[in-house]
Amino acid sequence: MNTIETLEQKEKKYTKEDFTSDQEVRWCPGCGDYSILAQMRRLLPDLGVKKENVVFVSGIGCSSRFPYYMDTYGLHGIHGRAPALASGIKLANPDLTVFVITGDGDALSIGGNHFIHLCRRNIDVTVLLFNNRIYGLTKGQYSPTSERGKITKSSPYGSLEEPFNPVKMALAAGATFVARSMDRDPKHLEATLLEAARHKGTSFVEIYQNCNIFNDGAFEKYTNIKTRFDNVVYLKNEQEYRFGRENDKHLFWDGHRFRVEEWKATEKPLTHTTDNLPASMEFALAELSELEDFPVPVGVFRKRQAETYDALLTKQIEEVKKSKGQGDLQKLLESGNTWHVD
Amino acid sequence: MSQSTHLDQVTIRFAGDSGDGMQLTGTQFTNTTAMVGNDLSTLPDYPAEIRAPAGTLFGVSGFQLQFSSHEIHTPGDQVDVLVAMNPAALKVNLQHLRDNGIIIANADAFSIRNLKLAGYEQNPLEDGSLEGFQLFSVPITRLTREALVDVAMSSRDKDRSKNFFALGITYWMFSRPLEVTLKWIEEKFAGKPELIEANKKALNAGYSYALATEVFTTTYTVEKAKTAPGTYRKITGNEAVSLGLIVAAEKSGRPLFLGGYPITPASDILHILAKYRHYDVKTFQAEDEIAGVGSAIGASYSGALGVTASSGPGIALKSEFIGYAVMTEIPLVVINVQRGGPSTGLPTKTEQADLFQAFYGRNGEAPLPIVAAKSPADCFQTAMEAAHMAIKFATPVFLLTDGYLANGAEPWLIPDVADIPEIKEPLALAGEEYLPYKRDPKTLARTMAVPGTEGLEHRLGGLEKEDLTGNVSYDPENHHNMVRLRRKKVEKVAGFIPPPDFSGEERGVLLIISWGSTYGTVFSAVEEARKQGRQLSWIHLRWINPLPEMLGKLIHNFKHVLVPEINAGQLVKIIRAEYLVDARGFDRVRGLPLQTHELVEEISSYFEEQ
Repeated sequence: MNTIETLEQKEKKYTKEDFTSDQEVRWCPGCGDYSILAQMRRLLPDLGVKKENVVFVSGIGCSSRFPYYMDTYGLHGIHGRAPALASGIKLANPDLTVFVITGDGDALSIGGNHFIHLCRRNIDVTVLLFNNRIYGLTKGQYSPTSERGKITKSSPYGSLEEPFNPVKMALAAGATFVARSMDRDPKHLEATLLEAARHKGTSFVEIYQNCNIFNDGAFEKYTNIKTRFDNVVYLKNEQEYRFGRENDKHLFWDGHRFRVEEWKATEKPLTHTTDNLPASMEFALAELSELEDFPVPVGVFRKRQAETYDALLTKQIEEVKKSKGQGDLQKLLESGNTWHVD
Repeated sequence: MSQSTHLDQVTIRFAGDSGDGMQLTGTQFTNTTAMVGNDLSTLPDYPAEIRAPAGTLFGVSGFQLQFSSHEIHTPGDQVDVLVAMNPAALKVNLQHLRDNGIIIANADAFSIRNLKLAGYEQNPLEDGSLEGFQLFSVPITRLTREALVDVAMSSRDKDRSKNFFALGITYWMFSRPLEVTLKWIEEKFAGKPELIEANKKALNAGYSYALATEVFTTTYTVEKAKTAPGTYRKITGNEAVSLGLIVAAEKSGRPLFLGGYPITPASDILHILAKYRHYDVKTFQAEDEIAGVGSAIGASYSGALGVTASSGPGIALKSEFIGYAVMTEIPLVVINVQRGGPSTGLPTKTEQADLFQAFYGRNGEAPLPIVAAKSPADCFQTAMEAAHMAIKFATPVFLLTDGYLANGAEPWLIPDVADIPEIKEPLALAGEEYLPYKRDPKTLARTMAVPGTEGLEHRLGGLEKEDLTGNVSYDPENHHNMVRLRRKKVEKVAGFIPPPDFSGEERGVLLIISWGSTYGTVFSAVEEARKQGRQLSWIHLRWINPLPEMLGKLIHNFKHVLVPEINAGQLVKIIRAEYLVDARGFDRVRGLPLQTHELVEEISSYFEEQ
């Protein structure tokens, strides 16, 4: 997209209604998905791209109905494979702004392979993972993010599996933008999604999303305004890891691991950085959501500039054309040894 | 003094260890033979192991080639000349050699160890067991070392050139020039002067040895084949598919996108297309087969020509996505280079056993057009037709080739690009009234609107859709209607594809129905049977779904219908179900092309029983 188009776009600025399709939304009343949909419709006018250049791609699951509700181009795919569709869409037309809408089962179980390879390639798409730690559409089996011991229809005596930590996976797989937000913190969610969408490269946002039918209250501790500030540390670039209702605690890095300590104004505080946090700290920070007695980090873990696969492909095509010239079909067919018969 | 004999056609087979360079040797003989103007057909036949243990029977790699002064269609049933680089190669291939056929054996490789590995108790070169053949026992390894005595390399490295020595002998024997291979050596080993020197010397030495010794008393000449005027090249099926796709993409104005994953014997399509970035070809080596087809569908949705290429096991993984393309009605070319199955099966061998997979291998009612190439060169035209129908009908199209077509080679009359028609199938434009599932009454195809087109934003998915709007619909009558529409759309393809090859009378005793790569064998068998006075008719199908309209009438005019296939009887069951005739199959599932003489015998049996 060139600058002139963007400026024109600003003149006739969209509203959230421009991104609302005529389809009736069919999630259960009270589902966390409504909030995510609302924030997406709200932020797109600020993103400054033409709506015909926006594509939402999804897999299968409750979250994956999302594209039907956006008045943009949309492709409701098959289970786990949205990253494959999205990769083809973006590589065939790099001018498009592509979102992948997925869930914990879709992205981390059946689609785990596609998810990690998308991150690794750094294709310029934005992935929203709606994590409700349960299979909702199939009516309540444990998911790859359900806690061990979870009692569900498919685990009546408790699940035996350790859950995946989606942020850790995305970091390890090499996504260049990795963040976490929550359905019940709409302002933070909107700002995080906007930042993710603006980032060039694979952007990944894990969204804590409440399934009020099959896993109600899974994130209550973090989302309830009464307990949130004691259990969540908001990650902000160049700012300290402070949290607590009175903002009285912080994360202290002892060189090996984080510790929760009382905040003392006198010390020289440790600040968060999204573009060059050492791997040990980045990983330790991501791991906090798995540990007792630690706040869950919410916000941007990583935001790193790196060449995208789509840009490299375009560049490679230009370079080969420069060295070999634009291909000529007749020459192509006649390549190799030929002979003539009169 | 040697004498020269004219031959009409010759079948030669190079056989050795999988590390002996037999594929390379066979390819060089093929290239030279193409350049001297013979018609030809090749059959590379190699094991799945890259370097199987030396000297073993299962490690034998072969390359068979038939060349002729007239038109030929198969790599030959029986071998006239067998080049055996070790005892295992002799043991495995002797059964294919005709009576009084020529054996050129590397005597140095017939060591006690190698004889034992091949299961010989005595040396067959010395024990008289090869009487009845013309045996030329040549110390190829020793002579190669002697020829390379001045070249600064180890004996081990020198031994690697022995295939060129053997090639040199065959070039003399069949009066071939050395230039094509000498030039190739220079290009292939550019920057490695000692390899260029060694291989050139070995080739020349083999030629001179055959010329100078009195061992070989006869040279053979095979005249140029009389073929249509024009410029020719040698082409394999995988090359022809790749070129056909590039041309179809350019003619359709849609850039080519191949989403794939390495698999034998389809990988060469990925390798070849990856070279053509300057033709705006985008290749994407995906993380698995599923992502390969998924990315191709995504690319098609964005307005590219989306293609995925694989073989049976990979196609199995892609099935859900292929059904998705049927449902969403997005163009897609799915290439299945068939190999022996089931499961991993025979990765490097040929088979036609994925026809049912193409027809029925998806959940739900998911019909799609299917086309099968009939020869290596025909893969070019077939790929263009598959791409055209995929775009025109907004549907996935199966393009079936197989291991034999993919790696087999033949001369190809290069078309003039200007003569190839454009593939003009419009996309919906901004400002138009757009209903995603409104259909052209002639084709029942929908028109695509690609992302980036202002005002035509819409949503597609794998859920059943309402007619016209494409909105999600669970309405019973709508589903019934959509199932029928998708089927009828595929039937409409019949009006836009070339008619099948048909020869013979329109009624009679025997109708043969064949498809895919058996074309060459059936051609030769029908020719042979007709020489024997059999009156039979033959229809060869390239498009298998939809079946040609003419077949419905024709098939009932024959007493017998015979369907030869390299599977346990697949097309024959479709024919029986479709036309309610007592069609019979003829199947040999050995991982190899059918043999002409077997089919001739089968044909004869239908006439003898009268």
